[in-house]
Amino acid sequence: MSITIEQRRQHRLTTIENSLARRHRQEKRFRFAGLAAVVIGLTLVTILFISILMRGVPAFWQSTLYPEIYFDPEVIQLDEKPERASGESQAAFDERYTQWLIQAGMVNWQSLIDRAMEEALGVEVEPRQLRDLRALVASDERFSLRDQFVENPSLLGQTVEVKMLAAADVDVWIKGNIDRSLPDSRQQLSAQTREWADRLYDENVIRNSFSTSLFLNTDSRSSPASAGLAGAFMGSLFMMLIVIVLSVPIGVASAIYLEEFAPKNRLTDLVEININNLAAVPSIVFGLLGASIFIGYLGLPLSAPLVGGLVLTLMTLPTIIIATRASLRSIPPSIRQAALGIGASRVQTVFHHVLPLALPGILTGSILGVAQALGETAPLLLIGMNAFVSNVPATPLDQSAALPVQIYLWQGNELRNFFEARTSAAIIVLLGLMLSLNALAIWLRKKFETRW
Amino acid sequence: MNTSTEPKTSPMVSVGAGESRTSKATDTVKMSAQNVKVFYGASQAINGIDLDVYENEVLAFIGPSGCGKSTFLRCLNRMNDTIDICRVEGKITLDDKDIYAPDRDVVLLRAQVGIVFQKPNPFPKSIYENIAYGPRLHGLAKRKAELDDIVESSLRRAGLWDEVKDRLDQPGTGLSGGQQQRLCIARTVAVSPDVILMDEPCSALDPIATAKVEQLIDELSESYTIVMVTHNMQQAARVADRTAFFHMGDLVEVDSTDEIFTNPQDQRTHDYITGRFG
Repeated sequence: MSITIEQRRQHRLTTIENSLARRHRQEKRFRFAGLAAVVIGLTLVTILFISILMRGVPAFWQSTLYPEIYFDPEVIQLDEKPERASGESQAAFDERYTQWLIQAGMVNWQSLIDRAMEEALGVEVEPRQLRDLRALVASDERFSLRDQFVENPSLLGQTVEVKMLAAADVDVWIKGNIDRSLPDSRQQLSAQTREWADRLYDENVIRNSFSTSLFLNTDSRSSPASAGLAGAFMGSLFMMLIVIVLSVPIGVASAIYLEEFAPKNRLTDLVEININNLAAVPSIVFGLLGASIFIGYLGLPLSAPLVGGLVLTLMTLPTIIIATRASLRSIPPSIRQAALGIGASRVQTVFHHVLPLALPGILTGSILGVAQALGETAPLLLIGMNAFVSNVPATPLDQSAALPVQIYLWQGNELRNFFEARTSAAIIVLLGLMLSLNALAIWLRKKFETRW
Repeated sequence: MNTSTEPKTSPMVSVGAGESRTSKATDTVKMSAQNVKVFYGASQAINGIDLDVYENEVLAFIGPSGCGKSTFLRCLNRMNDTIDICRVEGKITLDDKDIYAPDRDVVLLRAQVGIVFQKPNPFPKSIYENIAYGPRLHGLAKRKAELDDIVESSLRRAGLWDEVKDRLDQPGTGLSGGQQQRLCIARTVAVSPDVILMDEPCSALDPIATAKVEQLIDELSESYTIVMVTHNMQQAARVADRTAFFHMGDLVEVDSTDEIFTNPQDQRTHDYITGRFG
């Protein structure tokens, strides 16, 4: 009897107390590590957002000219805009109208702009300086001037303030996105043009206006200042529609079948393993598949949102199937038993009870899958969606760009000073689209959530 | 400790509850099991059981955990069909018709043989919808008024009407455990089955809620045949006309509840009801 009960109790107490300190330290360490991870993650995301916003937000405002354009009847020597006469056939009218448009196209609109710029600057420009003068205005503004006149021929003989985009280099110069102290040889604009640009800015003829062209125009190479996202946006929209229409019903239906109805055997095991594998396949491989099957074998057009949508559907399907299955699995079996127990068939059980309860999870998974597809670039490169397309696609079969690919293309554009900001602006548009999709997912989740 | 094999110790369960209830059982065989075997994959859970269930009786299954009583109960309305690896052999009839026959519709069977589970599992819907779901599913009510009637009478039968009549639109999951279980019973009753299976219906309930459910079972036995699994021998003694003792996948003996608790024929039954094991 060397150790008394009291001693033993005391010993146990000190042992536990000693281990307690260790346990508390462990807990503290772990909590700190977790907190640190969160802080690091949040910091990085914040830096990312701030840097994108700092670079991209200014690109939403663009140097814009407001010269007084005189629609000179001597320059615009055009017939009356044709009106369809009574009894005239549509074809005959179209013929006349086309003739008139061709005539309008041959008018020297640039000279009107040149003169307006001279007026604004208060100078007479010699022919050799004309280049410097024209370098101020985005090169395709002469076409928008033509379009304005064709739309409204009553402008003839009037003097009107017209909004025109300044050239990309002028925008860069005025925003200070280029080092102003660089020697002439390394400046994009001539000394004369720079001086004029500064003067027009001081006189408020050049202003920083909200850039509607960023949203309304398509990509442009001849006139970088008017390059916009409209084509890419529509292309992405078409692809999203195709992805949603195809991948959500197919994905949810296959998940329901696999989870609720399929027998558990080797075949379904194989299917399950392969779905999981597919979710891990690099997206560029889906691009290859799309290129060889949809374009090579089925002969669908290159660069079409239809093909892009199909490729992204293939890519999104496994994600949606896995999310839906997880969501179905999380519904307690007691609900299924309750429904089966009063004589509901399996289909009724699934559609009356399981599916409504799993809906929030299914919606969240689907929307996240679609959002992921929206931001996918690699597979689209392989089906030709990185081609330069200057039209807004009217159907999913037209050639088109896509938002992430547009970002990739602008990022590589040689006009770095100008397109760096445009790229960030495009990223902001894409992120905005994604955040709204995610917000929709959260809202749907909250809306359909059932309290137990 | 006394290890001598004393032949017959007096049972721990005080019998007498049987006296307070009057049996409504008839001689008609409602359900009958013949040589029923159940397998989970390769392992056998039930080793060939023969058992008759009489109309309007309350039959209790007792036995230690894992003895197969729940498994057997779930064979009676083919709830085991939902388990992939489960296989049932032998013959089970309802009104002399084989319920495992290939042309037998499970939906119809489960409308005739309802089940109440161990844990109350109301749908996450309103109280009204919980009851109305079954009748609506089977097209038992043509008009809203008929459905209202079914809901009210089912809740009355389950003794829940007075407690919930003012909040039929509230979620069924908001009720207390005992109320939820009576809601589940009402939900089963609403389909007007012939037989109600109950799988340890009171094991998740407190004594007061248990007493209410037991009283309900007694009342329900007037119009329904009730087969229940219970872990609680006193409960079997209180509510059951007959009691079946299961052990290791075998039906050891089945007899009137009084007989089982006062004069068990098998040593294993005796050991179990006297608390030697279980």
